[in-house]
Amino acid sequence: MAEAFTKSMARNIFYGGSAFFFLLFLALTFDTMGQLPNRDNRAALEGELGPVIAQGKALWENNDCIGCHTLLGEGAYFAPELGNVYKRFGNSTDAIKGFILSRPKDGIPGRRSMPQFNFNDEELTALAEFLKYVSEINTAGWPPNIQG
Amino acid sequence: MKYQSQSVAKLYFIAAIALFAAQILFGLIMGLQYVVGDFLFPEIPFNVARMVHTNTLIVWMLMAFMGAAYYLVPEEAETELFAPWLATLMFWIFLVAAGLTVAGYLLVPYATLAELTMNELWPTMGREFLEQPTITKLGIVIVALAFLFNIGMTILKGRKTVVNLVMLLGLVGLAVFFLFAFYNPTNVVMDKFFWWWTVHLWVEGVWELILGAILAFVLIKTTGVDREVIEKWLYIIIAMTLITGIIGTGHHFFWIGTPEYWQWWGSIFSAMEPIPFFMMTVFAFNMVNKRRREHPNKVAILWALGTAVMAFLGAGVWGFLHTLSPVNYYTHGTQITAAHGHMAFYGAYVMINLTIISYAMPLLRGRNAANPPKSQILEMWAFWLMTVSMVFITLFLTGAGILQAYLQRMGENPQSFMAVQDQIALFYWLREIAGVVFLIGLVLYIASFFVGQKDPEAVAAD
Repeated sequence: MAEAFTKSMARNIFYGGSAFFFLLFLALTFDTMGQLPNRDNRAALEGELGPVIAQGKALWENNDCIGCHTLLGEGAYFAPELGNVYKRFGNSTDAIKGFILSRPKDGIPGRRSMPQFNFNDEELTALAEFLKYVSEINTAGWPPNIQG
Repeated sequence: MKYQSQSVAKLYFIAAIALFAAQILFGLIMGLQYVVGDFLFPEIPFNVARMVHTNTLIVWMLMAFMGAAYYLVPEEAETELFAPWLATLMFWIFLVAAGLTVAGYLLVPYATLAELTMNELWPTMGREFLEQPTITKLGIVIVALAFLFNIGMTILKGRKTVVNLVMLLGLVGLAVFFLFAFYNPTNVVMDKFFWWWTVHLWVEGVWELILGAILAFVLIKTTGVDREVIEKWLYIIIAMTLITGIIGTGHHFFWIGTPEYWQWWGSIFSAMEPIPFFMMTVFAFNMVNKRRREHPNKVAILWALGTAVMAFLGAGVWGFLHTLSPVNYYTHGTQITAAHGHMAFYGAYVMINLTIISYAMPLLRGRNAANPPKSQILEMWAFWLMTVSMVFITLFLTGAGILQAYLQRMGENPQSFMAVQDQIALFYWLREIAGVVFLIGLVLYIASFFVGQKDPEAVAAD
């Protein structure tokens, strides 16, 4: 680097640049928070089924579903995307419940299989309603098709 | 080793290497489960193996960062560590907490672990990379605070150098952004948005400051190039890191319910994220070329140069590959992401930690400068085996990812996830073979600590 470019200039670029872009990031975050109510399907959370969806999210987390599946493309890549599974299963919460319920306890020889979690009907409903809520978030047209 | 209290770093480095070995073993288990789906089912389901794989990685990174700080901060500050006993105490607390957490993952179902640790009081579990029970997370905060206090006090009472300052900034940032791990609203979009404040602002933000500081320290020590020159480079590299990387967080906000303008902000700024990594490569090679001494620890310099190259390839090139939103639309959440994740983490963070360990361990073990030639040569074999096999792991996963995106999302008749997985199994087999080679490299790496240790240590050629 040329001698004209001094260490203190480099230091000032670091502090100034970092501070500026962090503030810009905060401003964008602030704007995003203002726009989310129109996109993030919070009406579902505030509606009658809100507590059921919250229970579903707790079950989703307590069983580490993200350790195999993706949700809106984030998570593990071992099992199908679930952000749009409600739509993929024909807009049916019953189909989701039926699938989870029917997983074999000892797996499928030689193949990947979802564990049998022994959920009761209330829990299955909660999970299905949670996945329905996620499927109705405005994700800018992602995924490209129903396969997720 | 100039100061007695630096020796506490040794504990941290040894634990880091042990956790590294655990990480690789579970990686191989997962890799096999990709093709032999019922392997170890239902005893160790895939999600449990993955938790162990990623969490041991995170903990060993933190362990090694702390070890690096305990080693280099006193030397830079030219003073003993403020409280060596605190560093030792925190080591054992951290190790026991990490051990119990991993045992919890393996011994009981995850839902039981959530119940046992009373997750419902303050639910933070079950989110990718942040699977640790809330109590473990609190433990991490306590360890981090005690660590920062110790390091901060040492810097305060000693010489202030740019390396120390940048290291401290990175470590404070690490602690601050971890706090977002405690925010877990029911609203999935809000949850994901701020989850990235921990995950992205760690690995594409403050961790790069730590990486830069460690690299600068090792280059100052091994090349003898004027500190002023190296510090100027360090400032400009980390400036570019944060200028591009903070708004670059936007590349995670394309498809999670956030406004469309993030596709512009995220694409443009993250497209520039390779720049600081490229500068780091130029920097490292320049400094080594301009070296004013021949340091006998050749393998440490190899790791330092390796870090600069592999971080650029893994984080820079493989990140750029899928960061533009029109591309990411098809690749988001596919094996492309996994490919990038593997080489970026190995190239940037695994390698920088192995660099500082390679530089510091001989000194911590009482040598003047370097290990005997036999040990160094073995470590070089380990370097090449691990690095080349990681390149192949990345290439195979990239192949799998391209096919996956095409068959599942782009072709005439998009196929279901599992139908596609069956068709790309060959790539998963090849990845697993490359993983076995990586393990061989790791075994040689560990062996290098024991081989030829009685020989006279290496000396510089001139």
